[in-house]
Parts: sequence; structure tokens; C-alpha cells
Amino acid sequence: MAEVQRRKERLDRGIKVRAESIYAVSSWEEAAYLLAPRIILVLGLLLAPLLVQSPYWKRVVTVVCVYGLLGLSFDFLAHFVGLVSLGGALATGVGGYASALANKALGLPVFLSIPLASLAGGVVCTVLLLPCLPLRGVYFAIVTLMYPLVLSRLVEAFNILGGTDGIPGVQGFGGPWAESYIIISALLLCLFGLRRLVNEDLGLILRGVKDNDQAVKASGISVTRYKAIAVFIASTLGCLAGAYLAHLYMWAGLSLFALDFSILPIAATVIGGGGTLVGAVVGSMILIPLSELLREFGTLRIAFYALVLMGFIVVRSEGLMVWAQRKYHQFERWVQI
Amino acid sequence: MNMDKPLLKVEGLSKTFGGLQAVQDVSMVLYQGEILGIIGPNGSGKTTLVNLITGFIKPDKGSVKFRGRDIAGWPPHKIADLGIVRTFQNMRPYYSLEAYRNLIVPLNSPRAKRMGMGRWGERDTVALDILEEIGFERDSFVPYKKASALPTGYLKRLELARCLALKPEVIIADELFSGLSASEIASLVPLIEKLQGGGITFIMVEHRLRELFSLANRVIALDFGTKICEGSPKEVMANPRVRQAYLGPGGSD
Repeated sequence: MAEVQRRKERLDRGIKVRAESIYAVSSWEEAAYLLAPRIILVLGLLLAPLLVQSPYWKRVVTVVCVYGLLGLSFDFLAHFVGLVSLGGALATGVGGYASALANKALGLPVFLSIPLASLAGGVVCTVLLLPCLPLRGVYFAIVTLMYPLVLSRLVEAFNILGGTDGIPGVQGFGGPWAESYIIISALLLCLFGLRRLVNEDLGLILRGVKDNDQAVKASGISVTRYKAIAVFIASTLGCLAGAYLAHLYMWAGLSLFALDFSILPIAATVIGGGGTLVGAVVGSMILIPLSELLREFGTLRIAFYALVLMGFIVVRSEGLMVWAQRKYHQFERWVQI
Repeated sequence: MNMDKPLLKVEGLSKTFGGLQAVQDVSMVLYQGEILGIIGPNGSGKTTLVNLITGFIKPDKGSVKFRGRDIAGWPPHKIADLGIVRTFQNMRPYYSLEAYRNLIVPLNSPRAKRMGMGRWGERDTVALDILEEIGFERDSFVPYKKASALPTGYLKRLELARCLALKPEVIIADELFSGLSASEIASLVPLIEKLQGGGITFIMVEHRLRELFSLANRVIALDFGTKICEGSPKEVMANPRVRQAYLGPGGSD
């Protein structure tokens, strides 16, 4: 007897009009359908510091946001510009030291030193990475990996910027509420800002560079210039995270160049789903608390951590948010063929 | 065409890859408003010549003069900025972007902005206008489809549309007709004639000789990287060296 052949059919839920991202909304149900995921994310983040009791877990929430920012920075460069950077720690280090200097040497208050350090750090990182911009793929990745290692060794060897002691006595935020809500609002602003950006003209050019840099050149556009702009945007986000960390720990030191800041955001992006931006945030919401929960296992912690990571990658290799967005936006049904 | 107005002058252009002489001492003139065909068997250096003129490969020797200015060795985006734009033989759209958004990229180039091809907020409309001109049905779903979902015929048109977004002076079309059906080519021919009438000069590199000969004003034939013949389509078709290059020695049927 012949086997019944079936295939999965996917249908868009009908309110998209022709193009992606253009919707015709005609009822409150449809508006709710579109807005619900956003509202859940925003409310969830805003309520998180209220829902957790201990100062320890409040701190975990802020660290989740820091890694969320770094993940956004990585996802933006990798999936919308085509530059895979393994050097997220370059930005956290430069931003952290810049903010500590702005605060200690120039006497600027926190609300000025963080934005200033983010922008200035973004410029510094862009200038440092400028020579690597013609490199592609794995070559760019390897060179970016070297930068934080080299910079931290330079600080150590020449005993500059406090050497191995770092810069202590950086001004703090003055309370857990400011600590939490500064980074949460920064994360939400950057997330929705980047999502807007990748659909604006600038974002479309960057996506063009990713898809096909030859065609961008043939359109009379300097690819290097736009790569530099993209690196500046991504490094500014990374520097913001680093500057925040320096004020959070009231100290800027070599640990700001730690490998964690390069690698964990990438793992978070892979788990959450690359190319969705929000996936990087969701990924850090899973990975960072997980790593805290596993502390009880002592030395076996990293083994369990690796198992969970592998589980996610095997079961949802496309990434959690890619899968979730598809389930949310499309009907699926089996049809006979 | 205007025989006393040379737009582009190529002199003694040469390029070697390792031991292979890809283009050898090629000279040619492109006159304002004409369609110049470039033909030659596979591996004769046609695409390399296009890459040399548009800056995607730097020449070893020789000059490319556009309106008297030597542009040989310039980076590709500077040459495109002058209005010398090209299509790619293997189409190169932005596959993850919708067809009309493919044009937002060139519409944001310095040249398009200088030429008044739409301000911020108008670019979507300008992109749809260009696509309609080039044969995308405006009120259909086609302009809103991702390039990865478009068939070859539309992708070839999209290549032309990318050129038009820059308000070009010269379009260098690298095998625009290859991979297209006879009816698709038939619908492209009047479009190219219309663009020529609008003042755009063409260099067309082609394998489809019959269609090219009906369009081109002049034809240059290449073989083994050197120019073997130049003239009207009829003269080139009758030239024994061209026949030999295509059909092999003794192939003068």
C-alpha cells in the first residue's frame, strides 16, 4: 500500500500587506496581536527588578541587561552588516576605562560620563578597527579577537591606567533602583532603536553590504565608509555596557577586557536566534540566570552549563526567537500530497 | 550616436593573471549615445575588460579616459560615481531585501542624491517608479517580493534598475541576455532602445549574437584577450577571423 505523503504547509496570518513590516490594522484584536510581544518584553524587563527580592538577583538582572546590550551589538554587526566580531571585550574595556577617566580625571557625574564615554569609546574602537575593515569573514573575526588581549597586556606591561590595580573609586549609581532602571531603559532604547535603524535607509545599505558588497560598490557607495559607521554604532553599544559596568562595580580594571564579554554575547545570540536582535536579549535572559543557578553544582557547573547550551543548539538550532516568531506569525498545518 | 563626441577612450589596456594574458593591449572608443557590442568566445577576456573599465580589477598597463580624465585604477565606487555603471553577469541582488528596497541602496549613493533621484521619504516611490519603467508590474506583488524569490528574468531587470537609480551616463551590461528566454529578450530589447533614446550610452557584452547585432551600432570582437576586429555588426559578422574564433580553424562554413 502506498504511503500517504504529507508536507507541512505554512500560511501567514493574514494582516501583512504586501511587504514585510507594513501592516493594515483594522481592529483592536489585530493591534493587540501586533503589540502583545513588544508589551510583554517591555513590561517584563521593567517589572523584573520589582519581582526579584534579593539584592543578589537584582544584580543578576542588571548583568543580564549588560550582556543583552553586548549581544545586540554582536547580532547587529554579524547579521546586518556581515562583520563577525569576536572582540566584544574591546568595547567594554575601552568604554569602562573611558568612563572611569571621565569621572575621576574630569570630575564628570555619572549621567554625563557614561554617554560621553560611550561615544568617545565608539570613536576609539572604530579607529582601532579601521585597518581591519577590508578583511572579511574569519580574518576579521580573528583580528578582533586579538584586540582586547593586546590592550589588556599593554595596560599591564606599561603600568598605565592603574596597571593591574585598575582605577578604583569610580562614582556609583547610589542605590539599586537607579542601577537597575538605567541599564534596563538603555537596553530597551537600543533594542527598539536598532530595530528601527535596520529598516531605515542606512540600515538597508548596511544589509546590502552584508548581502553583496560588490553591488554596493557598483552603486557608487564606499563600502568601507558604511562598515566604519556600523562598527561605530556597534562599538558605542559595547562601550555603553562597559561604562555602565565600571560605575556598577565602582572600579575599572583589566577584567573589563575579559573573554566573557566577547564569547557569552555570541552564545546568547546563537541560542536566542541571530538576525532578530531581540534574540540576543532573550538569549542572555536564559544564559546568565542559568549560570547563576548552576553555582550550587560547584566544579561541575561548567559541565552542566555546556550541556544546556548543547541542548538548545541541537533542539532549536535556528534560535529560540526565529522559531517563536515563525510560530507566532504563521499557521502550520499538514496537507496530503 | 555622435561620432565626434568620444565619451570613453580605452588605450593599450592589459592585464595578466599569473601567466595568463587575460586582456592584451586593447584599445577602443565609446561614442556618446551609441550601443557598442563586445563579443568573443568563452574566456576571450570580455568580462575582464568590463572589470578593468569599472575598476573591479586594476589594470597592469594602459589608460581609461572618461571625458578626457584618466580613471584607470580608480576604486569601483568612484567610477560608478562618475556615472559609469555595470550589471553583473551572475546577478548580484540583495537577496534578503524586497525588490523595491534593493533600489533604496543605490538611491542613497552620493551620485543619486546629487542627481535629484528622490529625497528622504520619497525614495520608496522613486524606487517603484524605476521598477515600473523596467517592467515590474506596479500593482502586483512582484516589487514587494524578496529578491531571493524572484525568477531570473526579473533579477536581470533588477540589475538594470540598479544602474538606472544612479542616473547613469554609461551602462555596461555584462551578458544581460544570457539565461533568458527568447520572449524575455524580445521584451528587453525595446526597453534598451528607449533608454538609448533617453541619452544613455551602452556597452553590451553578449553571447547572444543575433539579438545583439539587431541592437548594436558598432561591435568589437575579442579573442584570447586581444581585439581581432571592429566595425558595424555586418562587417564583424562577415570577418573571417571572427568566424574562425567562434567556429575554430577551417570553420568558415
